[in-house]
Amino acid sequence: MKKIYMDHAGTTPMRKEVLEAMMPYMTERFGNASTIYSLGREAKMALEDSREKVANLIGAEPGEVFFTAGGTESDNWALRGIAEANKDMGNHIITSCIEHHAVLHTCQDLEKQGYRVTYLPVDRYGFVAPEHVKNSITDDTILVSIMHANNEIGTIEPIADIGKIIKRQKRKIYFHTDAVQTVGKIPVKVDELYVDLLSVSSHKIYGPKGIGALYIKKGTKIKPFITGGAQERQKRAGTENIPAIVGFGKACELIEAELEQQYEKLSRLRDRLIRGIMENIPFVHLNGHPTMRLPHNVNVCFEFIEGESLLLNLDMKDICASSGSACTSGSLEPSHVLLAIGLPHEIAHGSLRLTLGMDNTEEDVDFVLEILPGIVNKLREMSPLFAERKEMPKNV
Amino acid sequence: MYNEKVMDHFSNPRNVGEIVDADGVGQVGNPVCGDIMKIFIKVRDNIIEDIKFKTFGCGAAIATSSMVTEMVKGKSLEEALKISNKTVAEALGGLPPVKMHCSNLAADALHAAIEDFQKKQSKKGLE
Repeated sequence: MKKIYMDHAGTTPMRKEVLEAMMPYMTERFGNASTIYSLGREAKMALEDSREKVANLIGAEPGEVFFTAGGTESDNWALRGIAEANKDMGNHIITSCIEHHAVLHTCQDLEKQGYRVTYLPVDRYGFVAPEHVKNSITDDTILVSIMHANNEIGTIEPIADIGKIIKRQKRKIYFHTDAVQTVGKIPVKVDELYVDLLSVSSHKIYGPKGIGALYIKKGTKIKPFITGGAQERQKRAGTENIPAIVGFGKACELIEAELEQQYEKLSRLRDRLIRGIMENIPFVHLNGHPTMRLPHNVNVCFEFIEGESLLLNLDMKDICASSGSACTSGSLEPSHVLLAIGLPHEIAHGSLRLTLGMDNTEEDVDFVLEILPGIVNKLREMSPLFAERKEMPKNV
Repeated sequence: MYNEKVMDHFSNPRNVGEIVDADGVGQVGNPVCGDIMKIFIKVRDNIIEDIKFKTFGCGAAIATSSMVTEMVKGKSLEEALKISNKTVAEALGGLPPVKMHCSNLAADALHAAIEDFQKKQSKKGLE
C-alpha cells in the first residue's frame, strides 16, 4: 500500500532534481572551495551560486547568507553570537514561550551564563502580542527572538509589526526570527519583516538534511560560531559541505518558482482536511488560528484519547503524522506549545498534527478523512474518560 | 520502538470493556500524565471469573492493560496479587525503557480492583 506522508513540518523528501544537482559534487567535482586550482574554483562557484539562490528566496544580499549545519545551528548561532558580541550593551533577551527547543534550550543555557530572558506568553491562537514585546524592552535588552510561524500549530506571528517596534527604539536591539517553517511556504523577505537575523533549513523545503543558513544583516555585531579557517567570512569555519549546499540552493530555486502555486494547493488541501475533521468527529478542537496559519498545517486535539495511540493506529494504515502528546514529545509533559495556548494537559495529550506537502493529493486527504473517525472511535470506546464524559459534543 | 507482541496487544486488545455489575473496580493514573487504567473484575469462589479494562493512554498503556487481563483471567486472587508491573512488561517481551515507569501501571490497576473487591466483601461481612 502507498504510504501517505503528512509530516512535512518534520522533514520532507528530497526532490529528484535536487539529488541530481548534488551528485557531481560528491564524486568528480570534489574540490575544496578554498583552493586555487580549477577543481577548487568549480566548488567555489557552486558555493556562491547556491548562496545567491538562498539569498534570492529570502530577499537578502548573498553576502548576508551564511551556511550552517541546519536550522538548529542557525538558531544557536543567532542567539549565542549576538548575546556574546553585545554583552557590553546589556544582558536581556526577549523571546516567546512557544519557540522551538533550538531557541528555548539555548535561552535557558544563556540564563545559566548570566543573561536574563523574558519568555512572552501567547494568546489562545498562539499569537505573540507586539505590545508585549514593546513593554518588555528595557535598557538592557540586546536581542529579541520570535519565530516566524510555529512548527506545531502553524500560527504565523506578526513579525513585521514586532520588527517595526524594535527598529523604533533609540538603542540598537537585534531582532532574530526562526523562519524554518515559513521559508518556501509563504513569502519571506528579510526587509519586509524588519529582521536582522533569520534562520533557514534545507530539509523542510525538499533539500538535503544537515544544511541550513543564517541570514545576518550587514553591519550586525555577531561572534563567529566556529573558529578555524576563513570559510563563511571567518564566521563559521570548516570546509564547506558543497554537495549539501548545492542541493539546498537547488531546492530554494525550485520552491521560489512554485511558491504561489504551492501555497494555493496546500491551503486548499488544508482547509478540506480541517473541515472534514471538524464536521465528522465530535469533541475536537482546532489548534492555532483558523486563517493566519501555515498553508500546510493542520493541528487538532481529540478529547478522551492519547496521541501516541492515535499515531500508531494511523501508521498501521500507512499514514505518517505527528503529535504533541507526552509520549511523542520525548518527555513526561505534553507539548509546551499546546500548554501555552491554554489547553489542559488531558486535551493536549490527544493532539494530532498533519502537515501537507507537494506530493499530497485530494485523494490522500480523503483517505485520511475516511480512516480517522474509525480510529478515534475505537480509542474512545476504550477510554474510561469517554465513558465518564459529561458535556454534549461541541466542536471549538 | 515496540516489539511485535506489544503491537499485537495494542492493535487487538483482549478484554476491552466494562462489567456493569463488577465485584471490584480499580483505577490508577491521571489524565494530566496521559495515562488512566480502569479494571473491572467479577470474582466467584476466589477466582477471577471475568475481567475487563478501559484505558486512556499510549501504546504501552493499552498493551499492558490487555496483557494483565489475559494473565489473570481464571486465576485465584492470590495468584493475581503476585503479578507486578514488571512481570506484565516481561510477559510482553519487554517495553522501551522510557515506558517502564509512566505507562506500565496495569498490575497496579488490577491490585486496586482486588482491593476494592475485598473492601466490599468485608463490608458485607459486617452487615
